[in-house]
This record gives sequence, C-alpha cells and structure tokens, in this order.
Amino acid sequence: MARYGMVIDTKKCVGCMDCVVACKTENQVPEGFARDWIVYDTTGVYPTLTTEIRSERCNHCDNPPCVYCCPCGASHIHERGGVVLVHHEKCVGCKACMAACPYDARFVHPEGYVDKCTLCIHRVEKGMDPACVAVCPTHCMYFGDLEDANSMVRRLLNEQRSHVLLESAGTKPQIWYLY
Amino acid sequence: MNPVRELIITRHNEMVDPLLNIWGMEIAIYLFLGGMVAGMMIILGYFLFKGRHKELRCSCALLPGLSIILLSIGMLALFLDLEHKWYFWNMYLTFKPASPMSWGAWILLLVYPALLAAAFLRFPEPLRAAFPSINNVVVKFQGKQVFVRFIGILNMVLGAMLGIYTGVLLSSLGARPLWSSSLLGPLFLVSGLSTAAAFVHLIAKDPYERVLLAKADNGFLTVELFFIILFITGLLTSTEVHIESARLLLNGSYAPAFLVFVVCLGIVIPLFIQSLAVSRRIRHTPAAPIMVIAGGFILRLVIVYAGQASHWGRISLLK
Repeated sequence: MARYGMVIDTKKCVGCMDCVVACKTENQVPEGFARDWIVYDTTGVYPTLTTEIRSERCNHCDNPPCVYCCPCGASHIHERGGVVLVHHEKCVGCKACMAACPYDARFVHPEGYVDKCTLCIHRVEKGMDPACVAVCPTHCMYFGDLEDANSMVRRLLNEQRSHVLLESAGTKPQIWYLY
Repeated sequence: MNPVRELIITRHNEMVDPLLNIWGMEIAIYLFLGGMVAGMMIILGYFLFKGRHKELRCSCALLPGLSIILLSIGMLALFLDLEHKWYFWNMYLTFKPASPMSWGAWILLLVYPALLAAAFLRFPEPLRAAFPSINNVVVKFQGKQVFVRFIGILNMVLGAMLGIYTGVLLSSLGARPLWSSSLLGPLFLVSGLSTAAAFVHLIAKDPYERVLLAKADNGFLTVELFFIILFITGLLTSTEVHIESARLLLNGSYAPAFLVFVVCLGIVIPLFIQSLAVSRRIRHTPAAPIMVIAGGFILRLVIVYAGQASHWGRISLLK
C-alpha cells in the first residue's frame, strides 16, 4: 500500500515561490488564496540566528483531525497513497475541518466549499510529480512513496536529518523537511 | 539575550490569516440558544416527570413552543454560517461517529419530535374545541402517567445530549488549545441549565416555580463557577500552548470580557442577588436572571473567539 509524502530540503530552498505560482496555475486557485506558501522561520540568540525557508502546504497527516471532524464525509482519505482530499459536492462549508487543522492549511473557496492542497493527485495518477515539485528550480522538493524503501523520499529521510511541523500536535504529518 | 523567533508567512487566506476567524456571532448565537434550549428541555422534562403538566399555571405549557422557536432561531444562525448552504442536506445523508457535528445534526433532528410530544400534552385550550378528535387523544394520553413520564425522561436525556454536544463540538477540535478541554461539554451544559433556569424564572407564572428555579439557578451558577475554575486550572497545568491560551482569558485581550461580563456580571453578582432573594432578604428581581442570560451568551462569544485566537504554532508570537 503506497503512502505518498514529500521531502523538502530547506538547505536548498531559496523561497522563490515558483511552487506557489505553479500550484495556483495548475489548480486554478482563486486570486487571494493559496494552497501552498513560503515560511521564513528565524530562530536563535542574536547574533547567532538561523533562518529556515520552507515551502508549506497541507501535511496529508496519517492521523488527520480534519477528516475525523467532518460531519458529512467530504474530507476523506483517498484510497491511493493516503492523500487527504475534500469532496467539493459533499462539503457544507461548516469549517470544522479548518478549526481542526493545526497548520491552517485549508481555506474557503469563493464557491463555498473548503479547499486545500491535493498533492496534485490528478497528475500523480498519470505518473507525474505534483506541480510544485515539477517546477522547483533548485530541486529541493521530492515526492514519492514513503513505504517504498528504494524511493528517493525514503532514502533521503534515512540518510539526512529531518523534521515535521508541530509534531507535538500528534497528527503524524507526511511532509518532511531536511535541515 | 532572549531567544529570537520570527515567522514570516507569505500567505493571507481570508478567514485564516493573521488569525483564524471562521466562526463569529452566528456560532455563538447557535451555541447559546442550543445550550439554553437544552436546559429548558431538562427543566420541562423534570416538570413532566413530576406530573406538573396537570397544573394550570405550569410553565410546561409554554416551554415546548418557546424551545422550538429558540432552537429554530439557533439553527437559522447555524445555517447562515454555512459557506455551502444549499448542500446542508449532506449532513443527513451520513452519520460519522467520530464527528461531534454529525452527532449534533442528528440530535437536533430528534429534539423536535420530543418537544412536539411535550407540546401535545398541553394541547392549547382554544384549539381543543376546533379539533375534538385530537383533544380526545390528548386527554387519553394525559391520563397515562407512564407515557407522560416517558416524554419527560426523553426530553431530559435529549436535553443533556444537546447541552453537552454544544461544548464537545469545540472541545473535539484539538488544534485550538483553548478548546481542547473535556470540561467544555459539562461547562456548556451547566451554563445552558443556568440560562434556562433564569429564562423560565422570568416567564413563570407560578410563584412556586419562580422560587424553585431561583434556587436551582443558584446551584447551577455555583457549579458553573466551579467548572470555569477547573477549566482554567486544567489549561494552566498543561503544556505551554495551553498555558498561553488560558492567559488569553486571564490577562490577554479577552480577559475584560471574560472576567467582567462572564464571571462577575454573569455569575457572581446574580448568584449573590438570587441568594438574597431566595433567603427572602430582598424581593425577586428580573435583573439577576437577565444578567445570567447575558453572561451565558457572552461566555459562548468569548470562548468561540478566544479559541480561534489560540494556536499550537503561533500563540507565543502573539503575546
């Protein structure tokens, strides 16, 4: 059983936002909204500060609170790769999933339903990478099957230091960041 | 030197950034009216169980109709909050046991027949002559105490479920630290009971009921205050994000509304006034019940807004 995930190398990411533009173009994300975004996270004690640049999106969690709280089954786990998706025609726009997501990865589409990153499942099903991964000029983003020991994403996680976002929230995110 | 944490996010999704703002007045109104109707159903159920429906001036004649009206207003507020309104029927095409909102949708559907059954027991006098056949059935069932008690218990059980659900709806959303407390369910239930007792106290025609409900309200307010203290203590003894979320209510931007309007004017002062009234040192006054009802509404308002301001990742940056 495949488990799709992404590995993003924060040492290579320059925050160019090509991934954001590619996502908006590929998925026709309405103006003023974003399914993925860039975060500049600066930490440390002056003058020893470090900045991590991350391309963030829905974490397609293994333990997705957005799916559990949905009253009508609109938020669901796709049979292929464990990707978390929203059935637009089932969504009533109650926004419980938005409140349940600790990453604030969801938004209300102007047409009324809740929208978010789909990991470009329509491209993946055709054997292509998600749009954000395909356009990254520094090749800092990797997409693949985390269950496959020979996949690039699994090898990177085995070989390098990595972290996920808000691990303490207990949602088991499947977007990993190398640092 | 203090550690530095600076977060720049190139995202500005409406209702999400800079702070989550998905639920506003409509949800506060829905939670408040849902809680109050839950309390009214429990009081109504108790009166039916005790056989008070035979009393001419019993408020159980008014409560079913008022509950249906108030709950319908609350559900209208909930409907107005939905972003994909005309798909609302999807909630009734499935049942999701893990989703409190799904439970709530089905509980609300069961509440109406229970209230209609209670209304049926006190079929309005002017309609009796117009519909003699219905009147005959009403008279038949009114005499069957087992049936009346069953309706009473049904209203009490569904009322308790509805009252707890309004709190569990929020407490199941663990991504918002302020809401992630199992005490929100019991707190909203007892707050619903206190506002319902205050409301019935205001409309009751029978002096016995007014005194009974003032005494009951004092008990509910005391328990509510106790639950609020436990709720805050629970957050303050938890993780850093929970402590930060409790500070929103204690010395943060929501502290004035919470401490002044919910705790002082909504609980402590009316409790003091009603204690004097019950011990016959002063006359019963509508001021105390009105303050309790207003405090119950502001409690929902504060919890809804402050909960959205609390966040696992960003709260320490928002101090």
